[in-house]
Amino acid sequence: MLTIYKKELYSYLSSLVAYITIGIFLIVLGLFLWVFPDTSILEYGYAGLDSLFNTVPYLFMFLIPAITMRSLSEEKKEGTFELLATRPLTDWQIIGGKYLACLTLVLFALIPTLIYYISVYQLGAVIGNIDTGAVIGSYIGLFLLGAAFVAIGIFASSLTKNQIIAFAIAVFLSFFAFSGFDSASQILSLQRFDNILINIGINEHYQSISRGVLDSRDLIYFLSFITVFLLITKTILGGRKW
Amino acid sequence: MSIKVKALSKTYGTQKAVDQITFEASPGRILGFLGPNGAGKSTTMKMLTCYLPQTAGEATVCGFNIASQSLEVRKRIGYLPESNPLYQEMYVKEFLYFVAHIYHISNIKERVNEVILATGLVKEQHKKIGELSKGYKQRVGLAQAIIHNPEVLILDEPTSGLDPNQLIEIRKLIKELGKTKTVILSTHIMQEVEAICDDVIIINKGKIVANDSLENLLVKHNEKSLEPIFVKLTKELKVESEM
Repeated sequence: MLTIYKKELYSYLSSLVAYITIGIFLIVLGLFLWVFPDTSILEYGYAGLDSLFNTVPYLFMFLIPAITMRSLSEEKKEGTFELLATRPLTDWQIIGGKYLACLTLVLFALIPTLIYYISVYQLGAVIGNIDTGAVIGSYIGLFLLGAAFVAIGIFASSLTKNQIIAFAIAVFLSFFAFSGFDSASQILSLQRFDNILINIGINEHYQSISRGVLDSRDLIYFLSFITVFLLITKTILGGRKW
Repeated sequence: MSIKVKALSKTYGTQKAVDQITFEASPGRILGFLGPNGAGKSTTMKMLTCYLPQTAGEATVCGFNIASQSLEVRKRIGYLPESNPLYQEMYVKEFLYFVAHIYHISNIKERVNEVILATGLVKEQHKKIGELSKGYKQRVGLAQAIIHNPEVLILDEPTSGLDPNQLIEIRKLIKELGKTKTVILSTHIMQEVEAICDDVIIINKGKIVANDSLENLLVKHNEKSLEPIFVKLTKELKVESEM
């Protein structure tokens, strides 16, 4: 697994994919947080990073599929998957290596945003007047959210040889998993199940972690979410054997 | 016997790609796998390398069952697929190191250099795979197949697209490897079979129509070369099936 992980990570870092997607992510985030008045921290008036944690999930919806779209579909298209599958590697090692490599890139995208925390920390009317606990919780939430989106992305990438299709499917599924269930719960005829629907969606659990309380239920939710998608991916990869 | 295949079949939907083939291959001999396009050569190889599961029958490689002990089988096989898929954006050496790591080879550096030398990639070793010509890509494909010193080599059309000089070199290399290993190679070039193979299997429409050593086959059919035998065996069936 480590070999696949290293190879994937190197190939991301030696091509422009990683730099461009992460770069654009950071530029857009910077614009939202400091320039555009609607979401700007400066206009907000409070020393808080709320708009960061509200914006990033929507940016992740595009950033993460852009990173994961090639991981399996390119192997399928180039035929290199045959080479990989005939090596003494289990499907789990292949999926796991690729999953962790993409997750590492997500982490690389998140780390630079810590600068914003430091900025807001310094900018407060009283220096340090920021709810650090909530920020830590929110970062954990963001990371778990990213991990869930990567699982969706890897799954979408296993479905098709075409990277664009993989991207589109991943964006849709990420969006739906994040906020689709919330919105669906407001449909009149579904309101009897609204609690269940809201709890299936990622947003509810993300918000709960963001409050700074790491509830084991939320952690289990994210872990099972990731496991389910990777499990489906493994089933699809084994699909040639049906 | 390092490869034993017994009544192996593969069905795609309703089409029988491989129909109950049985054969054996032993170390120190090179087995030529011949047949017209779509005869089932590649499918057989894909089943032996555990890429595709068989529909029926069974096969063992070095005593390990391809279905139930697939990981053990894959450790012992070197495989060059037909289309020679490679990571175009990787460097030759980087790619070979990657493959070597997968097999947990000790003294990787030495082994990679050895393989680069054996496949004549010395000049090209620092280039990107995507920049290489077809013949050199084919060598990289061969290099990745032999890097872990496998007991069994399965080569699907290893010499397609090579120029005459490269052909001679690659054949020499395969012949050298065949002295100690079990080699199965598929090809459309009859002269190639005559030049390097010890045993010949001719397969047509998923069925084996000839399975013998090269000399026996020539004597039996009273021919000097393989081509007329191949045409006779694969054409005969076509006429039959049309009737």
